[in-house]
Amino acid sequence: MIREIIGGVARWAIPVLLVGIPLVGMIRKVKVYDVFIEGAKEGFNVAVRIIPFLVGILVAIGMFRGSGAMDLLVDTLRPLTSGTAFPAELIPFPILRTLSGSGSLAFATDIAKRYGPDSLIARMAATMYGGSETTFYVLAVYFGAIGVKRTRHAIPSALVGDVVAAIVAVAVCAWLF
Amino acid sequence: MLNYIWFALMAIALVVAVINGTADAVTKGAIDSAKTAVEISLGLIGIMTLWLGIMRVAEASGLITLLGRALRPISRLLFPDVPPEHPAIGAMVLNVAANMLGLGNAATPLGIKAMEELQTLNDGDKETATNAMVTFMALNTAGIQFVPATMIAVLASLGSKNPTAIIPTTIIATTCGAIAAVTTSKLLQRFFSSGGQAPAPVGTGEAPILHGSDE
Repeated sequence: MIREIIGGVARWAIPVLLVGIPLVGMIRKVKVYDVFIEGAKEGFNVAVRIIPFLVGILVAIGMFRGSGAMDLLVDTLRPLTSGTAFPAELIPFPILRTLSGSGSLAFATDIAKRYGPDSLIARMAATMYGGSETTFYVLAVYFGAIGVKRTRHAIPSALVGDVVAAIVAVAVCAWLF
Repeated sequence: MLNYIWFALMAIALVVAVINGTADAVTKGAIDSAKTAVEISLGLIGIMTLWLGIMRVAEASGLITLLGRALRPISRLLFPDVPPEHPAIGAMVLNVAANMLGLGNAATPLGIKAMEELQTLNDGDKETATNAMVTFMALNTAGIQFVPATMIAVLASLGSKNPTAIIPTTIIATTCGAIAAVTTSKLLQRFFSSGGQAPAPVGTGEAPILHGSDE
């Protein structure tokens, strides 16, 4: 039920906004097309401005994964959670999640394939994937777009959020399923 | 911070490559990632142009100001440095709303627009993030969303009997993550010097309020 409502809103949001916003403009006597073009002019520049930031971050992460350092990190961290409810297989997942969107999706898919899509661990992995974002990609894109290089406490704050989301994901699944 | 992390990722990659003999994979990782990064950026041009245009119409129509005014209580708590009727608030609200609905394509341009607006309020060094920017980033890196559509599709394709079971758990996890990230950004902001601007007039009252629901 709730899912249908959210799904409906998601499906209609874009068309309604694309018509609704200029509609309000028309009512308020805004020259909607002229104003649209004025704002749209920035689009190309913004996209191009992100390139160096994104290349920098993604290349470093690509090298890290390619070398096998990611796997090494995973194996090193694995024993840390023995004795807790946190499944050892999922330990590397939050790290992977912050670094690579496609990598973490592949990881979660693999877990679901191996243990079954309705298994507890698959739901934990799925919740961890959905409950977080590719932190370094997000930071590179948004700060890159406005040319900010000193991000101050952005990375620590984001990582605290990622860790909490991962722990909550595991805890909630263990409790609910 | 990014300088160290960036260099460390590559330096560690090289060391591990020497040990594992994975030089080829590191080379491939670097070249493929560079290509992917450009493809992602260029892929944004169309959607970015569209949304920045629509956003300008929304701004000229007074809709952004209206949105900011409606959400003043929340924005004052999260972004005390941003005037409630500033276009940045409206853009941030739309970005978070788009994220919640899983509209990633719309969320990115709206978020960039919001960052540009926040940059106009940056009266210090333009290469240094402001408190408001970091808090806004905390909301974004937490990836708030109501329907984890990608993951549901994956589980369904693998024959799950109840792929939507992860919706409530995802909402809880993402909400807790967002609260933790935002709270941390508030707690840490005084320890990271902000590029030359006056110390942010952040009341000490708001962090503990958020902190209560941290876990």
